Amino acid sequence: MIPSSFDYVSPTSIADAVALLARHRDGAKVLSGGQSLLPLLKLRLGQVEQLVDIGRIPGLEYIKEEGGTLKIGGRTRESALEHSELVAARYRILQDTAKVIADPLVRNLATVGGNLAHGDPGNDHPATMLVLGAQVVVVGPKGERVIPIDQFFRGLFSTALEPDEIIIEIRVPTPPPRSGGAYVKLERKVGDYATAAAAAQVTLSASGSIERAGLALTNAGPVPSRAAAAEKHLVGKKPDPALLNEAGRLAADASSPNADRRGAVDYKKEMARVLVARALKIAIDRAGGH
Amino acid sequence: MSMHKIKVTVNGAAQEVEVEARLLLVHHLRENLRLTGTHIGCDTTHCGACTVLLDGKPVKSCTVLAVQADGREVTTVEGLEKDGKLHPVQEGFWEKHGLQCGYCTPGMLMTSCALLKQNPDPTELEIREAISGNLCRCTGYVNIIKAVQYAAEKQRKEGAHVAA
Repeated sequence: MIPSSFDYVSPTSIADAVALLARHRDGAKVLSGGQSLLPLLKLRLGQVEQLVDIGRIPGLEYIKEEGGTLKIGGRTRESALEHSELVAARYRILQDTAKVIADPLVRNLATVGGNLAHGDPGNDHPATMLVLGAQVVVVGPKGERVIPIDQFFRGLFSTALEPDEIIIEIRVPTPPPRSGGAYVKLERKVGDYATAAAAAQVTLSASGSIERAGLALTNAGPVPSRAAAAEKHLVGKKPDPALLNEAGRLAADASSPNADRRGAVDYKKEMARVLVARALKIAIDRAGGH
Repeated sequence: MSMHKIKVTVNGAAQEVEVEARLLLVHHLRENLRLTGTHIGCDTTHCGACTVLLDGKPVKSCTVLAVQADGREVTTVEGLEKDGKLHPVQEGFWEKHGLQCGYCTPGMLMTSCALLKQNPDPTELEIREAISGNLCRCTGYVNIIKAVQYAAEKQRKEGAHVAA
C-alpha cells in the first residue's frame, strides 16, 4: 500500500516547523514517530498535502524531573519511557502504559506527543495522562501555550491542538508522598487496541484513607475523560474490596464503549468494571496502602 | 509531490538515490537497492516481517518513509552474514529449525540480533516480549526461542573467547 502523493519537509528548528505548518494550515500534518499517521496514509483513510517531519529538530527527546514536575519531550519515544529508570522508580503508571502500547518495534519509533496529538480514544496515553493531571505544552505562530490535559481531548481524533501547533513537552506533576498509580489493559493480542483498559492514580492520607483519586478508561467513549463519579466516591474512604468494586461499577456505568469485534457493549463495560478495581488495587499497593 | 535525494547507509555502504517523498523504506530497500531479503508481510504495521535495524534499533520498514532514513544507518538481513560466516542468530535458526515457511524469518533475525546486542543473556520471557511484534503464522515460536537462546549462548562463548 502506497500513500497518495505529498510534499515532504524536515525542518531543523521548531520555528521553521511552525512557519511551515502556518503556511499550509489544514493541508499540512506533523510527522512525529509516524506509527499512526503512516498507516492512515497508506490505507488512504487520510490524505495530506504537506508532511512536516519534526524528526530532525534537536532537543525534543528527554525525560527529566525539574521543580516537582516530570518533563517529557514531545518526541520522546515510547521505548525510552518504557526503559527509563526515573519512570520505573517514580511514575510506575507511565511505565505500565508504555509497555502495552502497540509492540516493541512500534515503540522504537512511536512518540508520546504523537500518541496524544492523534486524539484516538483507543490510544493508551490519554487515560494515564488524565489521571496524572498532565499538561501539554505546545508551540504555534503566537508562541507557547500550556493546555491542561482535561481540556485537550475534544472529540474522536480531535484535540485542542491547532493545525499549526506542535507538542513540545508533556508535564506531569510529581505525585505527593503516599501516591501510586497503575494502568491495566485487556487486549486480544500484543499490538491490539484495548478491549478495555483502566488508569488509576491515588494518594493516601496518613491514616490510609484515599485523599485523592484519578480514574480514567481507554476506548470507553469518543472522548477520553475521567470517571468523575467513581473518583468522588473513593475520596475520604478507607480502601477495601467493596469500595474498589463500587468505583469500578460507577466508572463502567458512566462509560460508553462501542460494540466491535473486540466485544459487545455489556462485555466491555463488565471488563472496565473489573479493570478499574484491579488498577485501583495495584495503585493503592504502590502507594503503600493495604 | 516532492522528490528528494537521500543517502542511506545500508549494511555499511552509503547509497545515494532520488526518491519520491511517499516511498516507504521497505520499497526503497527491495526495489531501488534490490535487497529483497526484507519481506513485506501484512503491510499494515502488524506482522514485523519487514523489520530492519534503523540506527541499530528494530523498526517496521513498511511504516517508515525512505526520506526519514536519510543520513541514517540501516541494517537488513543481508547485512548479518560476514565474510561467508553466518551471524550467530542465523546459525541458531539453522541449528534449531527456527523456521517453517521462512516468511517471518528475516524480521525475526533482525529483532533477535538487536535484542542480543542489548541483552546478551535474555530469559525466555524477555525473548518472547522482544519478538512480540513479529508474527510467525506457522506458529513456530518454540523453535524460534530455542534459536535465539542458541545464538545468545554462542555469542557469550565467543565474547568470552575474545576477552580471554
